[in-house]
Amino acid sequence: MPKDNGIGASSKRREDVRFLTGDGQYTDDINIHGQLYVHFLRSDVAHAKINAVNTEAAAAMPGVQRIFTGADFEAVGSIPCGWQVTDRHGEPMQEPRHAVLAHDKVRHVGDPIAAVVADTYAQARDAAEAIELDLTDLPAVIDMKEAAKEGSTKVHDDLTSNLCYDWGFVEENRDAVDAAIKEAAHVTTLELVNNRLVANPMEPRVAVGDYDKSKDEHTLYTTSQNPHVIRLLMGAFVLGIPEHKLRVIAPDVGGGFGTKIFHYAEEAFCTFAAKELKRPVKWTASRSEAFMSDAQGRDHVTKIELALDADNNFTAIRTETYANMGAYLSTFASSVPTWLHGTLMAGNYKTPLIYVNVKAMFTNTVPVDAYRGAGRPEATFQLERVIDKAARELGVDPIALRRQNYVTEFPYATPVAVEYDTGDYHATMDKLEEIADLKGFDARRKESEAKGKLRGLGINSYIEACGIAPSNLVGQLGARAGLYDAATVRVNATGSISVMVGAHSHGQGHETTFPQVIAEMIGIPEEQIDIVHGDTGRIPFGMGTYGSRSLAVCGSAMVRAAEKVIAKSKKIAAHLLEASADDIELKDGKFSVAGTDKEVEWGAVTLAAYVPHNYPLEDIEPGLEETAFYDPANFTYPAGAYACEVEVDPDTGKVTIERFSAADDFGNVINPMIVDGQVHGGIAQGIGQALLENCSYDDTGQLLSASYMDYAMPRADDVPFYAVDHSCQTPCTHNPLGVKGCGEAGAIGSPPSVVNAVIDALHSGGHKVAHIDMPLTPGRVWSAMNS
Amino acid sequence: MTQVSMTVNGKPVSADAEGRTLLVDFLRNQLRLTGTHVGCDTSQCGACVVHVNGQAVKACTMFAAEAEGAEVRTIEGMANDDGSLGVIQQAFQDHHGLQCGFCTPGMVMSAAALLRDNPKPSEAEIREYLEGNICRCTGYHNIIKSILAASGQEVAIAAE
Ligand code: FES
Ligand code: FES
Repeated sequence: MPKDNGIGASSKRREDVRFLTGDGQYTDDINIHGQLYVHFLRSDVAHAKINAVNTEAAAAMPGVQRIFTGADFEAVGSIPCGWQVTDRHGEPMQEPRHAVLAHDKVRHVGDPIAAVVADTYAQARDAAEAIELDLTDLPAVIDMKEAAKEGSTKVHDDLTSNLCYDWGFVEENRDAVDAAIKEAAHVTTLELVNNRLVANPMEPRVAVGDYDKSKDEHTLYTTSQNPHVIRLLMGAFVLGIPEHKLRVIAPDVGGGFGTKIFHYAEEAFCTFAAKELKRPVKWTASRSEAFMSDAQGRDHVTKIELALDADNNFTAIRTETYANMGAYLSTFASSVPTWLHGTLMAGNYKTPLIYVNVKAMFTNTVPVDAYRGAGRPEATFQLERVIDKAARELGVDPIALRRQNYVTEFPYATPVAVEYDTGDYHATMDKLEEIADLKGFDARRKESEAKGKLRGLGINSYIEACGIAPSNLVGQLGARAGLYDAATVRVNATGSISVMVGAHSHGQGHETTFPQVIAEMIGIPEEQIDIVHGDTGRIPFGMGTYGSRSLAVCGSAMVRAAEKVIAKSKKIAAHLLEASADDIELKDGKFSVAGTDKEVEWGAVTLAAYVPHNYPLEDIEPGLEETAFYDPANFTYPAGAYACEVEVDPDTGKVTIERFSAADDFGNVINPMIVDGQVHGGIAQGIGQALLENCSYDDTGQLLSASYMDYAMPRADDVPFYAVDHSCQTPCTHNPLGVKGCGEAGAIGSPPSVVNAVIDALHSGGHKVAHIDMPLTPGRVWSAMNS
Repeated sequence: MTQVSMTVNGKPVSADAEGRTLLVDFLRNQLRLTGTHVGCDTSQCGACVVHVNGQAVKACTMFAAEAEGAEVRTIEGMANDDGSLGVIQQAFQDHHGLQCGFCTPGMVMSAAALLRDNPKPSEAEIREYLEGNICRCTGYHNIIKSILAASGQEVAIAAE
């Protein structure tokens, strides 16, 4: 019988009730008495020198309180990058200044030039129209390979070039990899583009700054996946506000997918302006603004070579990637194409030699940073595409070629610096073959052909590194923060529990799943437990939710804190039962003395902790509250196998997804219903990337896809029902719950299977197409078939 | 500024609004009914769907003044009289039809309009009807399932 409480139960989400009745409280729902509204005047050109910003007429418009320009922020800190990458030659990356408001040049469409603060939004917008800008247009550099050329226009005049870094990994392997590729029996080469995407959480970003003069305290309400990180970055690097004077609150967050990790200029602006004007200042992004100011994702141009010996064993991989940083370095931008990408190039395979080269380029485009999967989808896509191409070239079965090269013994140290603790890639592939009914494919292909359609099957494996991350390791790699997490378990006198967690749900259902874990540990109903998150004023510390880390890292901290609580409560119970603490057992919310029928309820023990009349005060303090910080010993390695079946209309090139199946190994699972949902959402984003979505700029840097009219978001009729399974479980060996994380898998694992399926469909129709770059729009597919 | 009056969730309301104030902003800012959301500025996402005189309408596509005298229903008016979740709302919770919840009010309002006109829609009909409602979290799987369940149909999904 399925459980209805604790670990493994598909508990219904308690947060749903407020979301379903309109009672959710998102940042834009917050209004503070006396608040002003800011509208940012943004550049409509990609690159220009700012000669003058004349605000005189605008300042006289109705309702205008003040207009800020770049000059107001010259003495204010730069928006920082949180990760310093060291290049192939041991030099630090080039790091440009990123001002809150641009003051010398604008460097991308959307770069904010001035901020108009007024009594209403409409007044602020009206006044912004009256600002006179004197700009000298400069040539824009958009294409990464152009940006890399000697003599190219420079995005930042004070840097030596547009190259942020030229990274080699593992540099010592370079010559050996070159030699292995030279000697290989077969080398498959593939050049591809990992298309630029926009994360597009449905809730646009919002910031509300408030300042309490009597206490000299700042409060920022913001749409963030990690309020403590914002407090750290904005307080320490940009505005110089100490932590105890700055509170960052992220209430309900309407999706993030990575783009709400980063610290943005608008947050710093609202915090700064609230103090200047002594009034709360609110900003709500329009969707058009989101398209030109939210950090975007992916945008890699890659050449990958896979070397095989005469028996089809993988012997070496060499890649060269150009990674777009955009005009400035966003918070984690530098780490995505390096440590989140190069370290995953081994995939699920025992390739002995790997060399990854990444050239990160500045261009006159919106900054690029982590988007669901962040680096790992880029690694998986190139690897799983090149393996498919190799299988086709060699005339071998793509599943057999993968299976032959799978890592099968764990722990496994890859040649790219990570050690997989557990996994069973054959098991997930077996499961995939079953749930995707691969045996039935030929019959389904015949049915499609009878309708005049081409049917293709694409499969792939994937692995990801989640639960970021061991702090001492990432410190060596250039991270400027620790990546542990923290939790406080506060047991109240009546036995109810508040858990303060550093992770912050933005759709993942933490309010439901975190209590399931505590309920299991103590044996009390989930309803007795609440979590508190998203507020630096109420939580000890935390690094937030991204990289599928919440349960693996913050959940582990919570378990550690709960273990301390249980240890202390056993001492109290021992006192009440006149027994030794070593003999006390806790089960189903009751403490008992082993081998006797003496027992005491959870609630009686918690009450004793707060009303310590009969209590061992000489040995232990009253109260029942514990905090733990948890720093993971390793990453976690979710892995799996995905299959996609498509139909291609040979007349139009239109692709429809007929079936999609995912067999994942997430280790132990707390709430299967929620895990299914995470995979569904990830798959839809992966299908979006593969077939529909593309953030595109013209040669002058104009953003061509700046609204939902031009940026194709997956709609309900673009996707099928998905078959998902996570019954293959090899628990993580180094965290207390044995969990691995499930938030990004779908987006990592699905794009290659979609593209592999389309290529397979085209081959079945006699079109020997080697590759089509994403998104596989009807136009691209038709052209590939007809060229 | 002119005074705009309408009935929202059965209650008569009136408030001042500029001529250019959109219905969605009127609901959110003047009436503080913040369950109706704004997810785009090109009338595509559907986060703002409400019912005006019984029709599903994107509240970002009409001015508040155009709803003068109208009967408006928002997500805040969808629960049962005793405060428990309505059938569609309950189906969304039962089938995990929401994650971040931002698209959800619009989804529920669209689903209610669909089921009133077509009480037993097929999967394909639901997917087509939701063309104007974007969800970035769920991949739509559980939304479709929720709406099928709310319509009283067997939720047997071959893929599952
Ligand atoms: S806000 Fe109305 S459709 Fe997007
Ligand atoms: S639940 Fe987040 S957008 Fe639909």
